[in-house]
Amino acid sequence: MSREAILGAIRRGLKRGPLPDDQQLALRARLSAHPRHLIPARSQLPRPEQVGLFVRNVEKEFGTVARVASLADVPAAVADYLAANNLPTDFAIAPHPELQRIDWSQRPMLALRPGRAEASDLVCLTHGYAAVAETGTLMLPATAQRPTTLNLLGDTAIVVLRASRIVGAMEEAWDLLRAEHRDDATGGFMPRNVMWVTGPSRSADIESTLELGAHGPRRLHVVLLDDDQTATGQAATG
Amino acid sequence: MLATSPAFKQNARDALADVGLQKALNFTRPSFAGRREAAVAALPEFERLRDIGRDIKNHTLANLDFYLETWAANVERSGGQVHWCSTAEDARAAVLAICQKAGARTVTKGKSMVSEELGINEHLEKHGIEPVETDLGEYILQIRREPPSHIIAPAFHLNREDWEESFRAVHTDLPEDRVFGERRDILTEARKKLREKFLAADVGITGANFLIAETGSSVIVTNEGNGDLTQTLPRVHIVLASIEKVVPTLEDACAMLRLLARSATGQDMSVYTTFSTGGRRPADLDGPEEYHVVVVDNGRTGMIGTEFQEMLRCIRCAACMNHCPVYFTVGGHAYGWVYPGPMGSVLTPSLIGVDKAGHLPNASTFCGKCESVCPVKIPLPKLMRHWREREFERHLTPQTMRTNLALWGWFARRPAAYRLATRVAARVLGWMGRKRGRFHSLPFAGGWTDGRDLPAPEGETFFARYARLQREGQV
Repeated sequence: MSREAILGAIRRGLKRGPLPDDQQLALRARLSAHPRHLIPARSQLPRPEQVGLFVRNVEKEFGTVARVASLADVPAAVADYLAANNLPTDFAIAPHPELQRIDWSQRPMLALRPGRAEASDLVCLTHGYAAVAETGTLMLPATAQRPTTLNLLGDTAIVVLRASRIVGAMEEAWDLLRAEHRDDATGGFMPRNVMWVTGPSRSADIESTLELGAHGPRRLHVVLLDDDQTATGQAATG
Repeated sequence: MLATSPAFKQNARDALADVGLQKALNFTRPSFAGRREAAVAALPEFERLRDIGRDIKNHTLANLDFYLETWAANVERSGGQVHWCSTAEDARAAVLAICQKAGARTVTKGKSMVSEELGINEHLEKHGIEPVETDLGEYILQIRREPPSHIIAPAFHLNREDWEESFRAVHTDLPEDRVFGERRDILTEARKKLREKFLAADVGITGANFLIAETGSSVIVTNEGNGDLTQTLPRVHIVLASIEKVVPTLEDACAMLRLLARSATGQDMSVYTTFSTGGRRPADLDGPEEYHVVVVDNGRTGMIGTEFQEMLRCIRCAACMNHCPVYFTVGGHAYGWVYPGPMGSVLTPSLIGVDKAGHLPNASTFCGKCESVCPVKIPLPKLMRHWREREFERHLTPQTMRTNLALWGWFARRPAAYRLATRVAARVLGWMGRKRGRFHSLPFAGGWTDGRDLPAPEGETFFARYARLQREGQV
């Protein structure tokens, strides 16, 4: 069987048999401790600056950010964005409890369809689980409340994100998922899919020149909810 | 993939005469190196991260059997299936069997160099299944029936006219008089055409940048989003991965990811970095129902425990070729197999044999730039030298070269004779070239002077000069 052949060939190359128990134990301990390596200093900032860094990095990567003070302001922010970009007002939306709590009826022009995205959807709105200031990256784990297709199929992807969910580095976002998520199928913390998204889709395959909107969304817009008291100083200053 | 590496010399001559290729190479060269440099400058810890990346990979390779078994057990725990394949033939058969069981008619594909190595597309086509490459660069190459010329920018050797010509030739349902005014028009047409394919596909095949032992996940890194559409929409997702892709934990992957995009495209992070773990969960609204990983050896275990084990640290970022003077002179196709540039010059002889790929480790100036930018510090020039040694030991080197090497070796072992010979040669050549300062041609050195002039020596030899400066206390 190929499995034994491959493992056997590896061991022959390493000039040993299967690892002895004590060494296996040490490796298992490394797996369960999953130690961090170097965390870049630029990600470790006081809160307001960390949120500011996230916003700057999203914009550097050709995304856009609108900051709102409360969940109640989200519909207006979404409607304004769609109008400003001449986009349709009907969109697919993640069936996430937090998005469902929003009173969308204050903007009657908006037509929401909860569920996964379909090929015909031009605009999709999803819920940001967490985000990384270091690189301006959104963390979007797939669950029944956050279908993956919403990140991919629309021409425009909108993500509603709480500022309190912005962390410095990827490792901190994994820690959130490790602590908060239980996958019923495996008993572990990893859902089927975790997408890390940094800006809208792009390609430089034609004459090494960057063009936005390859196969995924051409636009990525973050509606950032300033729910983090420690970070609101930034909202006032910039 | 059929190797044309034995014809490297002819390939290189053809490449030098290819006007379109030279235009693309000259156009691209400055941007590749410049982008990396800017990204590295923005992360002061980058050099330390390179050491960390090297150490993570070394640790994993030293315990590769353990981490592969752990990874496989975790894939199975999350409902996925692992298909262990020793050879390319095994892997092709495994992929075909999964596709046939799924009743697949079309298969979309994300970019995968292992897929090129295994010849998956040809095999599927032979059995009546249509593979569709969805990475923009791979798509045009599939239309043109060309292999990739670069591991992350597969079609950079093509110019805009080539794209237009190919699209007009195959997208015959679109109006003939349509205008491609900008690059964007090409992109928009490809996006529309491929969207239909994404939605119709029965199986999606992607590669893997990493496998995570801790969670049983596979990771893909893309900018276009094609890999994600490929693995999300069809009913079955197949991952192709070679055995050295495994890393222990998510934290290890984080460290590697900080190196990968910066070294590759000069981005801090690629647009989409996606971790897949098993198939669709009962409550999920989308995602593939089946998740398979075809994990491939295809010659890699033969490198473990040899001087070439270090090559298995490679994360396929392409920094080595992006900084290589030889690569940017002849392009990727001249190397004649899947992996071009310095990393290919080490890997290709390991995977297809030094008898076929012996020219590649010789096609290097040993300038050392590749090693200096490698994110996992692979000593590429040293490994190329090992291949030259093996080639010599196996008497694969041509007789004239062996004779000349023997002659050089005789002098190199006798410093006094070496100094005398170089002094005489420098004097004679300096006298002969005293008028023009350079030689357009020289007996026995046509290989050098065909392409450029040889500067005439001026004055003393290096040894003499060094000795003089030492005496004068200047060195």
